[in-house]
Amino acid sequence: MSAPNKTYDPVEVSALSDEAVAAARDAALGAIAAAADLDALKAVRLEHAGDRSPLALANREIGALPPAAKAEAGKRVGQARAAVKQALAEREVVLAAERDERVLIEEAVDVTLPTDRRPRGARHPLTTLMERIEDVFLAMGYDIAEGPEVETEWHNFDALNIAPDHPARSMQDTFFVGSPDSGVVLRTHTSPVQVRSMLQRPLPIYVICPGRVYRTDELDATHTPVFHQVEGLVVDEGITMGDLKGTLDHFAGAMFGAGLVTRLRPSYFPFTEPSAEVDLQCFVCRGASVGDPANPCRTCSSEGWIEWGGCGMVNPRVLTACGIDAARYSGFAFGMGIERTLMFRHGITDMRDMVEGDVRFTLAFGTEV
Amino acid sequence: MRAPLSWIRQYVDLPASESGRDVAARLIAAGLEVETVDVLGAEVTGPLVVGLVLSVEELTEFKKPIRFCRVEVGAGNGEVVDGVVSSERGIICGASNFVAGDLVVVALPGAVLPGGFQIASRQTYGRVSDGMITSERELGLGEDHTGIIVLAAGAGAPGDSGYDVLGLGDEVLDIAVTPDRGYALSIRGIAREVATAYDLPFADPALVDAEALLPAPSGEEPHGCSITDPAAADRFVLRTIADLDPTAPSPQWMRRALVACGMRPVSLAVDVTNYVMLELGQPLHAFDRAKLRGPLTVRRAAVGEVLATLDHTERALHHEDVVIADPGGPLAVAGIMGGLESEIDDASHSVAIEAVHFSAVAIARAARRHKLSSEAARRFERGVDPELPAIASARAAALLIELGGARYVGTSRVDAVAPTTPLSIPADLPARVSGMAIPATRAAQRLMAVGAAVAREEDRLVVTPPSWRPDLADPADLVEEVVRLEGYEHLPSTLPQVRAGYGLTAGQRLRRRVGRTLAASGMVEVLSYPFIGVADLDALGVPAEDPRRELVRLANPISDEAPYLRTTLLPGLVAAGRRNLSRGAAELAVAEVGPVFRGAEVGASTEPPRPSVAGRPTDEEVAALHDLLPEQPRHAAGLLAGERARPGWWGAGRAADWSDAVGVVRDLADELGVPIEVTSADHAPWHPGRCAAISVGGAVIGHAGELHPRAVEVLGLPARTVAFELDLDALLAVVPATAPAPAISTMPVAKEDLALVVAADMPAEAVRRAILRGGGTLLESVRLFDTYAGAQVGQGRKSLAFALRLRAPDRTLSAAEVADVRAAALAAAEADCGAVLRT
Repeated sequence: MSAPNKTYDPVEVSALSDEAVAAARDAALGAIAAAADLDALKAVRLEHAGDRSPLALANREIGALPPAAKAEAGKRVGQARAAVKQALAEREVVLAAERDERVLIEEAVDVTLPTDRRPRGARHPLTTLMERIEDVFLAMGYDIAEGPEVETEWHNFDALNIAPDHPARSMQDTFFVGSPDSGVVLRTHTSPVQVRSMLQRPLPIYVICPGRVYRTDELDATHTPVFHQVEGLVVDEGITMGDLKGTLDHFAGAMFGAGLVTRLRPSYFPFTEPSAEVDLQCFVCRGASVGDPANPCRTCSSEGWIEWGGCGMVNPRVLTACGIDAARYSGFAFGMGIERTLMFRHGITDMRDMVEGDVRFTLAFGTEV
Repeated sequence: MRAPLSWIRQYVDLPASESGRDVAARLIAAGLEVETVDVLGAEVTGPLVVGLVLSVEELTEFKKPIRFCRVEVGAGNGEVVDGVVSSERGIICGASNFVAGDLVVVALPGAVLPGGFQIASRQTYGRVSDGMITSERELGLGEDHTGIIVLAAGAGAPGDSGYDVLGLGDEVLDIAVTPDRGYALSIRGIAREVATAYDLPFADPALVDAEALLPAPSGEEPHGCSITDPAAADRFVLRTIADLDPTAPSPQWMRRALVACGMRPVSLAVDVTNYVMLELGQPLHAFDRAKLRGPLTVRRAAVGEVLATLDHTERALHHEDVVIADPGGPLAVAGIMGGLESEIDDASHSVAIEAVHFSAVAIARAARRHKLSSEAARRFERGVDPELPAIASARAAALLIELGGARYVGTSRVDAVAPTTPLSIPADLPARVSGMAIPATRAAQRLMAVGAAVAREEDRLVVTPPSWRPDLADPADLVEEVVRLEGYEHLPSTLPQVRAGYGLTAGQRLRRRVGRTLAASGMVEVLSYPFIGVADLDALGVPAEDPRRELVRLANPISDEAPYLRTTLLPGLVAAGRRNLSRGAAELAVAEVGPVFRGAEVGASTEPPRPSVAGRPTDEEVAALHDLLPEQPRHAAGLLAGERARPGWWGAGRAADWSDAVGVVRDLADELGVPIEVTSADHAPWHPGRCAAISVGGAVIGHAGELHPRAVEVLGLPARTVAFELDLDALLAVVPATAPAPAISTMPVAKEDLALVVAADMPAEAVRRAILRGGGTLLESVRLFDTYAGAQVGQGRKSLAFALRLRAPDRTLSAAEVADVRAAALAAAEADCGAVLRT
């Protein structure tokens, strides 16, 4: 940059002549118009509008003019530079548009090409269904209780009022560890977790017990020796069968659709009294298929109800065995098969699909069910 | 229990309009599980008539016995002879259980039998067969196909409706009886439930004076009986009859009832005992008195005693088995099955009818011991009305007198039944338990409807359960009776006031996080059976003294190949992996999270602690129970093979290698915020040069890397299959409860590269740690970005190139500061690892 001119040049510099400014301007405008693309325009900008361009140099000379000439020269050079600047901006818009028209189209790709570089992972739907059930009850304030899969007969049977001669305790149903007299079994249900909860937790108890259980069935389309259950247990003062019914209704609605209800039918389990079977209102037809042969429902076989699990009021003998005052506290318990729930919820017809670990089955469910 | 509706109607005056389905719906609501409602002979249509066999001609020229019979089938039903319709037909029959003079059931041409089987006149075995003599199975009445149906003499006349004589069209309810409702294993019990459900009077067939059913005793000495073991039985009634006509047939109504209930008519004496059992629920046994060697007694079997039972099985008796014996030895496994020796046969004139009230537990144990179930055992196991022995035996004797021409001799009996103790319950207990409004008077009515005697004592009900309900032992049992009769459909739907919860525990949250992280790493979760065999461990090359050989064994495994519980998750993953590969999978990345089980001594106890259930066990008792159990730590494991990155238009794919297995573990540790150490290790089933031990705080918690080529070959996996397995519980135990937030500097970063030459066997991680140590607080991160081995660095050496990022929290670093850090890092690497700067 040149410093302010203190001594006035009495002779007008030729660069500031009218002709010279006009020629520089016209040369710049011509070059701008001739620039074929943004790169050429960049070069033109440097040449005709850069620090060393004729118009920039001319501008610098203005300071050396006598004061009388300054204004007039400044005006002429300023106009010329503005014209160049404007031409540059306009040309850039045009060239950028051309570039967008042409180049980006040349760069286009086939976006339908596959992008599956990395194989996906997934969680087993039995796992995620259990978590979903857990979440329903967590939202109600329940805790999740867990226990061992290899369990004592005392926890699995005795404490649950299942007498030593009950048929469930035979080798036809129960896996025994070591010998049939060892007192150690693979748990046949998640109910021993209820026993553990009652022994360990302070009252009142609101827990859900999901987990894997075992029975000596051969694997076929409807049976598996290793399967999953979820049980619920509530022990509190003043608990009624109505509370059981309401809880099951809420559970059914949360899992299968608001407003869906359950039906209880009297039944027998040693650890509950009174006991009931739980039926779920069919979440597909909601009973509309009953007596309507023209519109059969495959999910409930047009029964309107789906057998879901068992439930009842905790047998006071079980409370007593766990040291709970049965005169003051009452409770309810319920249990469902996770496999069965998954089967009717997702239209699975063969138990083996859930057992064999074929990744095509599991991938269909992602990480949530 | 199969219950014909016509039989139920004998005791309940049901409206004629009520169908089997209607009754079933009411019973289901009352807690009896009606599984099916069948209509007897539902698929039979067309002419079906009673026929009288006139003659039987054996055709001997065929491979099997064939008979040509002339059968009288009623006027107008016969063949046309000389333009006149006769009453006879010729019919070919392959059965031989009948003789001329028997009444049979004939399907005439035009009839259609189950399966769409059309009966027509046809030429067969050289004759014209003009209809069919039918068996039970052909009519869809049962499975019996050992011969054709021979009707009782006098059951009807030729030409009578076969539908009527066989009771076709009757509906039969098949009920699955729960263990608490033994009384429902009788028409009496089911009819009572029907009467209650419809609020109709019930004509109890057992509400009779037993002795009034019989004539006066003859005065001869009846066969004697006793109970030697009072714990085995508390009532024994033995009725003696004489002069029975052993050839007297059972009447058609009785046969019809037996067949409808799924039993096979045999002979009058056997049919009567079965009929009365079905009717009342009391199992009976008829002994041929001529074969008895003295009075009968109920006792335990002696060691070494043997009995041939009616199923032609020689049974070695257990010293706890209850038997009916005479002085010569055991005659029957009590309450379960009779013996061949004293069986009634077609020469039995003098009969002793045994009716005993046995201990349910004793019978259940013996049935289990001998793996022997029977109609009798099913009833005794569930509990039989102790009042029935006298009534049922009298009813059976009376039927034999009436139908078999027998004569009543007399009765012996032993009676030690304790009176039923009444239960006292608060009158509002059913209301409190159910949440329904049930006034005390209605609760009392409901209990009386099930047969209980109820007395009101202020605000309590004193309830004496009926003799046929041994299951009503607790107040809760009475509550169930009241509530089920009120109807579960009337229960309110309320929600308890749940105390505030704490959500998932830390461990539960972490396990969900592990599951999601594994899925995010591309792993697909499998849930394997935890059963393994020693061969599985051998295939993995697990050494003899390895803790993974401390196996928990099952007494009754599904397969003898896999009698143990897993100590490692790898066998299950291998099985799932092979299954997927055999189904055409090109890539494999499967993972499992679940418990393993360890403890060779588990299950060795033969007298485990069994704390009383009369109250809470002591802490010592609970601890003793827990001592029975194996360690059950949760593991996480994965198996990868094939493409980890797929080939495609973007270029080549990449096969999974050892680093993918370690990478999944590192991802998991990073996600959980646990610093792990990775060191090289030699651990089966991994490749000794490609196995990483994963440690936390100095303790090894798992391994990852490429599998040993030998294991890969034995397991049938693709070459270079890789795997990891971690003790997940150990990993989760050290996850910090809360992750501290990092201080984020906004100052510019300075980047430096450092290429170091070290010995070829120097772990890269050691060099990286040395650099970190030397670099100090200004060194933000160090990342290995290249390795080189070759001529430029010399034999036995390798070059490791690290990218260093330097940053200060509060200022732009000067060139001198950056150079200082770099020099310090180099010095530390030199000191710790013998590293020199690559030139």
